[in-house]
Amino acid sequence: MTTATTVPLEAESTEVTARPSRRRRGTPDEDTRRTNWWATALIAVCSLTVLIPLYLAVAVALKTPEQLASGTGFELPWPIRWENFGQAWERASFSTALLNTALITVGSVIFTLLTSSLVSYAIARNMHRPFFKGVFFYLLAALFIPFPIIMLPLVKQTSLLGLDNQAGMIVLYTIYGLSLNIFIYTAFIRSIPIELEEAARVDGASTWRVFWQVVFPLLAPMNATVGILTCVWAWNDFIMPLVVLTDPGSRTLSLAQYVFQGQYNTDYTVAFASYLMAMAPLLLIYIFSQRWVISGVTRGSIK
Amino acid sequence: MATTTQAVRASAVKHRRMEQSSRARSPRDRALPAYYWIVWPAVIAFAAFHTLPVIVGIFFSFTNYAGYGGWDLVGFANYVNLFRDDRILQAYGFSFVFAIAATVLTNVISLAIALGLNSKIVGRNFFRGVYFVPYVLAALVIGYVFQFIFSNSLPRILSGIPLIADNILTNPDWAWTAIVALAVWQACAFSIIIYLAGLQTIPAELYEAASLDGASTRRQFRSITFPLISAFFTINVVLSLKGFLQVFDPIVALTNGGPGTATESVSLLIFRGGFTGGEFAYQTANAVIFFIVITVVSLLQFRVLQRREADF
Repeated sequence: MTTATTVPLEAESTEVTARPSRRRRGTPDEDTRRTNWWATALIAVCSLTVLIPLYLAVAVALKTPEQLASGTGFELPWPIRWENFGQAWERASFSTALLNTALITVGSVIFTLLTSSLVSYAIARNMHRPFFKGVFFYLLAALFIPFPIIMLPLVKQTSLLGLDNQAGMIVLYTIYGLSLNIFIYTAFIRSIPIELEEAARVDGASTWRVFWQVVFPLLAPMNATVGILTCVWAWNDFIMPLVVLTDPGSRTLSLAQYVFQGQYNTDYTVAFASYLMAMAPLLLIYIFSQRWVISGVTRGSIK
Repeated sequence: MATTTQAVRASAVKHRRMEQSSRARSPRDRALPAYYWIVWPAVIAFAAFHTLPVIVGIFFSFTNYAGYGGWDLVGFANYVNLFRDDRILQAYGFSFVFAIAATVLTNVISLAIALGLNSKIVGRNFFRGVYFVPYVLAALVIGYVFQFIFSNSLPRILSGIPLIADNILTNPDWAWTAIVALAVWQACAFSIIIYLAGLQTIPAELYEAASLDGASTRRQFRSITFPLISAFFTINVVLSLKGFLQVFDPIVALTNGGPGTATESVSLLIFRGGFTGGEFAYQTANAVIFFIVITVVSLLQFRVLQRREADF
């Protein structure tokens, strides 16, 4: 749902793009202002609101149930109980869920990058033709339709077609991502000089080859943006797996936490170990590629 | 007789026109076949998995289908009943109160933090990275952590405050504030980044000139900063309200709609009634109304906010 929120960001942001001056205030080399210690202190204190829940997740996951029962949860865990993770791994059939989520996320990202970029290219290069313009607005209009509207009929349809499994999720993420991705890609593709492609065509390259060998490599920054947005969406999504997936063996991580919470809702230490393991992969990726992720998301929304 | 000739003549004219138009769209003007081969499959797939469910949903909203078994057409009965159903009205009431509170808080807090991050502070990139962390966490999973905070930690830490000491999540009047806290906590991550990007488009010279003229910091914010990022403000407000109206994950994590139906949002109601309550047709009608409501609200907001933007 969160990602769905982020989705239509572009809707009106194009008008913003034309601001000529993009001089950065606050980059160290050109900023001559004095360091604002008040702001630093305030920002540091407020950042605790983000860090405290994360600390709590770690602290509870490492405690014994007795330790947890005797305190508020915020005390330092001692002695550390690593078994929580082992138990969570077994009880929530974690390996299956992890594998499913990884499969769905990787599959969605790959298919989304390949198809969205190609379709955007075809539309961007033919925007002056009514058919392609129509397709563009048709796909874009879907951004205004919230998921709950199509949820009930969609579930009937996916189970009828045998798509109530991991493959179905990949198909749905790839197709539903189109609307936003096309919006992100087309503006960028139209800024690529067409002469590059014409040169390749004169040398006898087909549209297919022109795209994969000339245009696609140039799309790298947008591929990063679309890849990040799709990855976060597919990994964290809850409502779509909840309604579409039927077989317990096809559960994703979010869904497994939901089921786990329903079954062992008082066994907090093991549950938190499970939550931590579900959040860890994306969190680790984010920590190591932080600047890259933020600039990718910003580019997607501001361009 | 006359009519036949007329018809013939008319068809001849039409024919000639068609020839003309087809000549006008000679090969030069038509896109290469490869482009059509790319776009058509995408359109078909999208129609099959997005547009078709929308149409099927609208159709079933005029039936009495329970999700299984047979059904009959019932006209507008579902729509009429929706407006008399207290549970539905309550869900809309909750969703709107929640969404407005969360939108206001998200934008005020995000803008304040973005201003802080944009001033010259120590460890700027580190803090920017920290504030973005909630974006990569699953709302449901971090929601369970918040549930523990509200139900176990806070009652012990703040045992002096009766409202919190009794676990706010079980309080029918105040449970929604906990959901607002979680939703805002997560939504701020994205809004901060957008506001920060907006603030960075403002040239530093403007502030220098303003401070030479003796404008106070507050005056600078009111006369320079805010007008120049008002487009970002519009986007953030419209998107957050739209997202918050559809709230689902945070509610499932914190209260699951309870106590009773006190925190049941429209999305949760559609999900529950449609899948387990045997109200397939009834809830699709609800979904259609919900779609109209969201679209109208978004468009209204755009008009109001953009008119205000233009004033500057």
